[in-house]
Amino acid sequence: MNVDKILTGKKEDKLFLLGNEAAVRGALEGGVSFVSTYPGTPSSEIGDVFSKLAEKAGVYFEYSTNEKVAVEVSAAAATAGLRSFVFMKHVGLNVAADSFMSTAYLGVKKGMIILTADDPSMYSSQNEQDNRIYARIAGVPLLEPADPQEVKDLMKFGFELSEQIHLPVLMRTTTRVSHMRGIVHLNDVIPPKGKGFFEKAPSRCVPIPANAVRMRKELLDKLIEAEKIADGTQVNKVYDFGDEFGIITSGGAFNYVMDVVKENNIPAKILKLAFTYPFPQQLVKEFLSTVKEVLIVEEVEPVMEKEVLAIVGKYKIPVDVYGKLTDTLPRIYEYSPDIVKNGIKKISGHTIKKRRYLKTDITLPIRPPILCAGCPHRATYFAVKEAIKKLKLKDVIFPTDIGCYTLGIQPPYEMADYLLSMGSSIGTGTGFSHATDQKIVSFIGDSTFFHAGLPGLVNAVHNKANLLIVVMDNRTTAMTGRQPSPSEPVNGMGEVAPEISIENSVKGIGVEFVKTVDPYSLAKAKEVFEEALKHNGVSIVISKHPCALITDAERKKKNIWMTFTINQSECTKCMVCVKEWTCPAFYVGKDDTVHIDPLICDGCGVCVQVCPEKAIEVRK
Amino acid sequence: MKAYKIHLAGVGGQGTIKVSSIIGEAAMKKGINVVMSELHGMAQRGGVVTTEVKIGDAHSPVIENGDADLIIGFEPAEILRSIKKASGKTFVIMNSARIVPFTVSLGMSTYLDNPSLIKEAIKKFSHLYIIDAEKLAKRAGNIMSLNMVLLGSAVAMPGFPLEREEIIQSMKESLPGKTIGINLKAFDLGFERIKNM
Repeated sequence: MNVDKILTGKKEDKLFLLGNEAAVRGALEGGVSFVSTYPGTPSSEIGDVFSKLAEKAGVYFEYSTNEKVAVEVSAAAATAGLRSFVFMKHVGLNVAADSFMSTAYLGVKKGMIILTADDPSMYSSQNEQDNRIYARIAGVPLLEPADPQEVKDLMKFGFELSEQIHLPVLMRTTTRVSHMRGIVHLNDVIPPKGKGFFEKAPSRCVPIPANAVRMRKELLDKLIEAEKIADGTQVNKVYDFGDEFGIITSGGAFNYVMDVVKENNIPAKILKLAFTYPFPQQLVKEFLSTVKEVLIVEEVEPVMEKEVLAIVGKYKIPVDVYGKLTDTLPRIYEYSPDIVKNGIKKISGHTIKKRRYLKTDITLPIRPPILCAGCPHRATYFAVKEAIKKLKLKDVIFPTDIGCYTLGIQPPYEMADYLLSMGSSIGTGTGFSHATDQKIVSFIGDSTFFHAGLPGLVNAVHNKANLLIVVMDNRTTAMTGRQPSPSEPVNGMGEVAPEISIENSVKGIGVEFVKTVDPYSLAKAKEVFEEALKHNGVSIVISKHPCALITDAERKKKNIWMTFTINQSECTKCMVCVKEWTCPAFYVGKDDTVHIDPLICDGCGVCVQVCPEKAIEVRK
Repeated sequence: MKAYKIHLAGVGGQGTIKVSSIIGEAAMKKGINVVMSELHGMAQRGGVVTTEVKIGDAHSPVIENGDADLIIGFEPAEILRSIKKASGKTFVIMNSARIVPFTVSLGMSTYLDNPSLIKEAIKKFSHLYIIDAEKLAKRAGNIMSLNMVLLGSAVAMPGFPLEREEIIQSMKESLPGKTIGINLKAFDLGFERIKNM
């Protein structure tokens, strides 16, 4: 499918869209004018599509430095009269939390949607936090779509709701909704508004304590109004397959419930909630009064389950409530048809036929993700390791950060020792430097450095830390799909934009040892790392080389392709390339001969410098 | 229509998502409901990749254990990793060409030789079709067309709910013009190989 169709598709057309693509169409159908984000899986494709379409659509789009900034720019836009949309992965909302909380107090003039893409089972994240709880801390309405069609439809609904009660709206998806593809029926796109106008109203826009105490009260009043809407809205629906067994569900979990109920002819009554905070008390109370037992099916925390128990207690409704708190369903990982089926089976009286499946006892190889062939990070790790070896340093601590380079945790490098969050490697490195006498080498990527590394660096310099920070500048935000980073001369709309120099930034902060190397020149890089490791205080080496996926694409365009091979008569099978360099293009064949797979080889040629026998040469 | 459920198992970079979305687009064009799940992000860096497609009445894009109608296996070890999606009724296409992960050369794990893997697959699956998709892709003109070989073989499977022409139309709409010749040839080679079995 051509991405342009997400913008140009007409009313009544249908498209086979990813949940994330449907969010873009939904925003456009909702008349969005202003969009911001920091890339994070599983939300990244929303930005990828806006990046391609924003200019044509007449929408402002930016990759902000981090999620907090993204919320701030969109909050300002919504207050100035433009419908705004900001999206991020679940942990991004932690970064944005401070400003996010205040947007609820201040409220908005035009619609504002904040989308959080949660990641049950942690396919690409460091935790499994359930951001539905954030709606409750902040006091903002919460929407939970189940599939791409509903993602699209709830975007428009969300903008209207946000404007009706003057609050930002939180939309929670999960990996399985964001990365699910389904048929989406289109509606008309509402053209965006060019510019808004900010009308000054400090009593409503500046939460000094005197204003905040009033705003808190107003916020609670808005939530009462929102609850009435949640009770009556069409987006909360009942699917009635009879009987006195009820199921209350939301988001992606609904899909498993429907499939299991329909395929097994379970006589159940399903209340599917899409507007889930404020929790629609009256609607749920009425539903509970029609059933004798109810199962709550939700991913991850027992959020709705506790709401239901509160209603049951408050109104003394004679109904048995099952869910995570009764161990009927797990409080961990994403659900599946099998998990939902087992949960229903556990409630007495509901027997479902067991399905047989095949098993094997053979041992399968472990296949973890790995740095690509040609990845400059591998060269950086190799050079740093060699420098450490040369200086005979022991017990070096490697605080790491979030990006492809976190894969440095894999053998043989094993250079990822401690990780908390985006930008944390500099703060934790500083902590280790004061708390121990060990040598510290912190690794951080270019995009992550700007995201949240800068405050840590100011802290490190000011508090006189002793550590080496390696900024792995691969000229992009690689892991989420190569979105532009502030160190590149291009922005999210594809316009030429000022390139923020990492070198000048860190020099400005006062770092005395700052050097830039190209990790592809291993010997030179190793020399600089040695020098930096000897430096007392904060030293920074910017290891700069474009991501292999960028250089691959450029070479493909220019039709220049070169690969390497092993001259078997020179090779002594020392295995340095296989066991210490460990590029995925290398493999061991018959009689322990080493080969390079020409299909995987990226032609970077760094292995030529690694081979002690000089046995690697250009394939002719 | 009762959903027809396809599970695709492979390694990052093999093109499983493309195959799934071509099938999905074709189903939508035909007026049949379709849902699909795919995973992005870190797993793509040479890790295990699975995608699932359900054509017909279905809400969730995830297949229950033992409920796949068809498994398209891009890599022998990955087919066996996905074995619990299969029952005795499941049709299985197995590309016999292996991709050995780096953990094997580092001695962290082992990869059974091909005959043992194939023996295990023959023992377990009642409807197994083994093809060397890599060889057929090379014959078509580019090894990167391996996924289209497997798409062709899937369409030739008994019970596959979409017609050959419908899939070809969908391929033409979603693949770049300059590669379409090779890709169609790869598709045909995969299709014919199964038909001739």
